[in-house]
Amino acid sequence: MFRFISQRLAMSIPTLLLISLMVFAIIRLVPGDPALLMLGDMADAHSLEVARASLGLDQPLPMQFLIWFKAVLSGDLGHSITTNEAVLPLILDRFQVSAGIVLVSVLLAALIAVPAGLLAAWKQDSALDFGVVSTATLLLSIPSFWLGLLLLYAFGIKLGWLPVVGYVSFGQAPWQALSFIVLPIVTLTLVELGAITRMARASAIEVLRLEYITHARAKGLSERAVLWRHALRNSFAPTLTLIGLILGNLLSGIAVLETVFTLPGIGRLMVDAIYARDYPVLQGCLLLVTFVYVLVNLLVDLLYPLFDPRVKL
Amino acid sequence: MNKPLPVAPEVLLPAPVRAPRAWRVPPLNALIGAFLLGLLLIMAALGLVWTPHDPLALNLLARLQAPTAAHWLGTDEYGRDVLSRLMIGAHTSLWVSVLTVSMAIVAGTFLGLLAGFLRGWVDRGLMMINDALLAFPGILLALGLMAIIGPSLYGIVFALSLAYTPSVVRVVRGTVLSLREKEFVEASRVIGNSELYTMLRHIAPNCVAPVCVLATSMFGWAILAESALSFLGLGVPPPAATWGNMLAASRPYIATASWLGLFPGVCIAMALLAFNLCGDALRDRLDPRMSK
Amino acid sequence: MSMPDVLLAVDHLKIRVGAHGPLAVNDLSFTIAPGEIVALVGESGSGKTMAARAAIGLLPPPLEHCGGQVRFQGHDLNSLKPEQLRELRGAKIGMVFQEPMVSLNPSMSIGEQMAEGLRLHTKLTEAQIRERSLEMLGHIGIKDAERCLAAFPHEFSGGMRQRIMLASVMLLRPALLIADEPTTALDCLAQLDVLKLMLDLTREQGTAILFISHDLSLVARYAHKVVVMREGRAVEQGTIEQILLAPKADYTRQLLEALPRRGVLADLPQADGPLLTVKDVCIEHPGPRSLWGRTAFKRVVHSANLSIAPGETLALVGGSGSGKTTLGRAIVGLNKACAGAIEFEGVDILKSGNREHRLQCQMIFQDPYSSLDPRMKIGDILAEPSRHVPGMSAEQKRERVAKTLLDIGLAEQFVDRFPHQLSGGQRQRVAIGRALVRHPRLVIADEPISALDMTIQKQILELFERLQAQYGFACLFISHDLAAVERIAHRVAVMSEGRVVEMGARDEIFDRPQHPYTRKLLAAASPLEKLENGGYRIRQGPVPLAL
Repeated sequence: MFRFISQRLAMSIPTLLLISLMVFAIIRLVPGDPALLMLGDMADAHSLEVARASLGLDQPLPMQFLIWFKAVLSGDLGHSITTNEAVLPLILDRFQVSAGIVLVSVLLAALIAVPAGLLAAWKQDSALDFGVVSTATLLLSIPSFWLGLLLLYAFGIKLGWLPVVGYVSFGQAPWQALSFIVLPIVTLTLVELGAITRMARASAIEVLRLEYITHARAKGLSERAVLWRHALRNSFAPTLTLIGLILGNLLSGIAVLETVFTLPGIGRLMVDAIYARDYPVLQGCLLLVTFVYVLVNLLVDLLYPLFDPRVKL
Repeated sequence: MNKPLPVAPEVLLPAPVRAPRAWRVPPLNALIGAFLLGLLLIMAALGLVWTPHDPLALNLLARLQAPTAAHWLGTDEYGRDVLSRLMIGAHTSLWVSVLTVSMAIVAGTFLGLLAGFLRGWVDRGLMMINDALLAFPGILLALGLMAIIGPSLYGIVFALSLAYTPSVVRVVRGTVLSLREKEFVEASRVIGNSELYTMLRHIAPNCVAPVCVLATSMFGWAILAESALSFLGLGVPPPAATWGNMLAASRPYIATASWLGLFPGVCIAMALLAFNLCGDALRDRLDPRMSK
Repeated sequence: MSMPDVLLAVDHLKIRVGAHGPLAVNDLSFTIAPGEIVALVGESGSGKTMAARAAIGLLPPPLEHCGGQVRFQGHDLNSLKPEQLRELRGAKIGMVFQEPMVSLNPSMSIGEQMAEGLRLHTKLTEAQIRERSLEMLGHIGIKDAERCLAAFPHEFSGGMRQRIMLASVMLLRPALLIADEPTTALDCLAQLDVLKLMLDLTREQGTAILFISHDLSLVARYAHKVVVMREGRAVEQGTIEQILLAPKADYTRQLLEALPRRGVLADLPQADGPLLTVKDVCIEHPGPRSLWGRTAFKRVVHSANLSIAPGETLALVGGSGSGKTTLGRAIVGLNKACAGAIEFEGVDILKSGNREHRLQCQMIFQDPYSSLDPRMKIGDILAEPSRHVPGMSAEQKRERVAKTLLDIGLAEQFVDRFPHQLSGGQRQRVAIGRALVRHPRLVIADEPISALDMTIQKQILELFERLQAQYGFACLFISHDLAAVERIAHRVAVMSEGRVVEMGARDEIFDRPQHPYTRKLLAAASPLEKLENGGYRIRQGPVPLAL
């Protein structure tokens, strides 16, 4: 098992390296003096000189990459041009907010969607199946930011039950914090329900068709036992992969929701950084989000053998 | 050989192919999907030549009007007719998605075929770059590139096609790899066809189906991504009307002129639903196993 | 009134597809007494599988029971409540299935799956369940039973999996065992093992068997009664002696006729030397690939030696894993040989530059459903090989296609059809035609009839004989079933675990087999022979029958 884990880890490293290269390249592609870009227009000549030296601008490009990469590995991602804070703590802080909402939403969605998909597959072509598929397809087609706006309008403005703007961290005031994140979580959950339900249903249909399901019934197992013990476990694997992809994608896609609900998350940080031309922050965000994406997929890979023992451990 | 030919037995006649089927009602999802898609296309095409009002005409006297006879869907904060702007927006969204999907499919199919055909280090190198690109979720890559090149229509198209190409490469390469082991591909080699001919004549045509299904999904992704980017203000720059920036502009007026936030969203949802349904119908048609 | 000595009674059973669809089973009636073995025999589409499913109450939707009764121990299955039916299943009626790959849950350990039934139907403790499972596993010949309990299905071969499934079903000591083509997907030696096990276990416990099969000769050896089915109806039924010695229905006769038997072979043309010689060929399969390149190779064929004369048919037989398919593929260039030489008319075709000679060896593949490009018309498929014949005009190519189509017995309208519009037998004809378009001098046929129904198999073999007489090609006929080759092979070579263990003229091999492996294969072959009065009986060959 150890070999499996270390093998998978080893295979991710080249990907992570390539990603770092791409992020480095993206920023360097911006026309202009990199030192000026990093420090902003307000910097004085002396700081610029120091920056140029530390960035190694007189060195060939590959050396510059290595210098930058070394800095990244040691945790030094530079300082924000707009607020002058250190980038790493800033993005980690914001990341917590986004990650919390994303994780809770996807978990909730999965908890509802997987059983729903399984039931729909079990009663394929019935009214229940039709209802589940139609609902899922509709939910899949609604853009998250629009749904957020609608819910905000309904619950925040018309009914006045929940606040429209603002955010308080969970640690400070749990109940109040909850009122701020309920709507974003509900929105995200509804949107992801669609995709996960469809995938769960499709893979359950494939599995229910196989002979070992009939074999289980022939043993005299109740339908409930057949679905729960035989069908669910074997059909979960593709859904798991999808959930991993969704988690990774959402960390950036959540930018729109954070804008609608004015949440201090990493998506909005990225957008603001683009507007403000705050390149150190932008770079930090890109790196963090892509690294987390690779990590999440790695985790999914490691969990896979639980559901499909044929994948060699 | 020159032996007298033995008498051939009765020759098998083909079973009559079922007469071109009496037209059966297509499945529900295909009908609704096609209907919505048709609506969309009409909106976009019409918007090119005629709109009820000039979408760019400011009329501050008539700002923020609810739907009336004159302005079927109301006016926005500058007095511009909402319906006209929606029609223009349809054109922009469709144009962006068509361009994006076409570029992604062409590039992705070529690279996928190349990787599947050549294997070896070309394949491994390509897949590594592919995986790295896949780690940049669509919007992220677009955001990053917008930061550099600034918002523009073709910039978005380029960024999004770059973001979606890896998915096409994955699907095509996967299909090629599974087809390579099929007996009819081996038969082609035994007959004497070169690898290249086998690839072009036997493998590539059998990749069309999965790519088509993927394409319908990608149309939806592209429209969603373009709207999201516009919503964030990083999309096609104003004064161009896109559904995304119309939604963004509606936010300050959410309490007073709520219809402004309703209609653009309905359009986006309609477009996404159309592509999802068409994609489903296509998948069912091409792979009957999935539906039954 | 229920008779005490009828276990299962099927009474005018009717099953229809969907609410208004055609009948899958039409007025079927038969009975099974306790301990009796009844076989339902028929080809695909005969409704035998559906009848079996009805006997355990597991008809898959959209099939519906629309007439008649199925009574188990006197109770009408339709009148039972779902809980009562579930109590019957597993405990009184057990079922084993056809596909060893998908009949066991891949994500559950063997021990879990065996215990599941016991937990449901008995009140045994966990320890007792484990003990019984271990005992049963030992009984079926598993050496390390403890490890087996914790292992997963994919770690075992197909034959092993079928035996484990049998074991887990018989653990519950059912009164009736329904076996739905349990050995069809296995090669002939594994088939024999599984069948023997099934008979042993059921004899011990006095279990009756309802055996579904398409192979009449297979069931002939141990079934008490046979029901012959065709298109949903029972065409004939009776004891096995009645069916064999005096078959009444035409269809039954057709099925019996379809079994291959020794025929008279055509004379071989005069030749100076062998057409193809395989000299000391070794083939290796690369091992699993790791991050640091390929690891250990596995030798699949060891120093094989063969020769084929022009116009001759050499049968290459062996069980799965014997290397026969690998060797055949190496001759046409789909596998690489790592040592030795393959000489075609004296020229070593393993060395590059001898393309013309290599193209004289063509191949017919096993699976008619995947050997034709689904996107190409039949006419194009048949025209493709002519691309590499130098000096053929377009007109000549068209004529060649038309002639080939006629020779394989398909009407000219087939030129514009697609593979999915053809039946399995028709597709295999196209595959044969494709191999012959160039008039090659050697054809490798890789199990060309295994995937087809019995009567279609006969047709294809007849076609093959006629084409060989007409075109005069030599043939390497690869098969795992000795009986199939008895009809057309001049000589036979037997392979086991990568080595050629015996080779000789057909009559020699069938009448006086020397090598123990050859004798094993013969024991597994179908041994029916025709009598003068039109009946059949189980042939007494040189090797005593195993069952």
